[in-house]
Amino acid sequence: MEWNITSGRPVYVQLVEQLEQALAAGVFPPGSRIPPVRELAADAGVNPNTMQRALQELESRGLLQAQRTAGRIVTAENGELTLLRQKRARRLVQDCLTQLRGLGMNEEEIETLLKEVQNGNDV
Amino acid sequence: METMYEARGLKKLYGGKPALNGVEFAVQPGRLVGLLGPNGAGKTTLLKISAGLLTPSAGEVRIAGQLPGPATKAMVSYLPDRMALPREQRAEDMVAFYKDFYTDFDGYKAGQMLADLKLDPRQRIGAMSKGTQEKLQLCLVMSRAAGLYLLDEPLGGVDPAAREYILSTILSNYSESAAVIISTHLIGDIEKALDEVIVLKDGAVLTHQSVDALREVNGKSVDEYFREVFKC
Repeated sequence: MEWNITSGRPVYVQLVEQLEQALAAGVFPPGSRIPPVRELAADAGVNPNTMQRALQELESRGLLQAQRTAGRIVTAENGELTLLRQKRARRLVQDCLTQLRGLGMNEEEIETLLKEVQNGNDV
Repeated sequence: METMYEARGLKKLYGGKPALNGVEFAVQPGRLVGLLGPNGAGKTTLLKISAGLLTPSAGEVRIAGQLPGPATKAMVSYLPDRMALPREQRAEDMVAFYKDFYTDFDGYKAGQMLADLKLDPRQRIGAMSKGTQEKLQLCLVMSRAAGLYLLDEPLGGVDPAAREYILSTILSNYSESAAVIISTHLIGDIEKALDEVIVLKDGAVLTHQSVDALREVNGKSVDEYFREVFKC
């Protein structure tokens, strides 16, 4: 998967976000095994201990499950993932609306625009 | 778990001028630690004492509880800050030499790394460019299964692509029972790979904390933090 660790914010927080994104997008499908910590860490160019911490966080949220001897799998029962996807989608829409309002558009105009874009009509 | 590395009240005088002035810190196994500081802060001196190449004027270093000596040299893999390989030898001669010399040396791994970095095993060291010599030296050092790696500026002379490779080598080489101390000025390239940073200033520890704690508290990267603290 693609990693993008920027400066200024804790690496751990960014790893959690990007792993969440990958899970929501189905990069690692439910029930599948995720790569070992060391591999993920080398791939992202981050410290294995930091990656481990991020994975543990996702585990405690129920998105991942530790297997006793064989690493971690993505939680198969999909409630948590659906919730995560909805939360992310909601945030995207909110960001988009905030920016559109920043351009001075009112709700009606936004609605019209949304329909237009959906139907593939260009300006 | 036993502390892998400890410096206590470490001092080193060069002709009356202190290079180290009471350095104290400890490193636990499984940690990747960045040793940062401006020129002349004492990074190289600290690593040389730790590798057993210099004796401190006062204080001591303990590696897995022992003073530097033959026993610690068997478990410490040290990358010096300058080229320390005989120029008339070939890369493959050095691999054979290291294999003879260190029981924890993995010849297969060394061959693999040389191939990945496109080094010719038959090339004479004296005929290599500076960057290539550094790559070879690093391959040798990282091919040992050591308990403690002391890397004095491993990224300085090599190109950005090789830096990435070296970094990922250090990361994939990670072991819970080994610690790595890396001195470098290329903080931006390496900080996300580190657990902790130790910043030296005028021969003493200015700060020693986890990278994420430093980023969180200061709201900036370690690189930016360093530039601010040591602004000229």
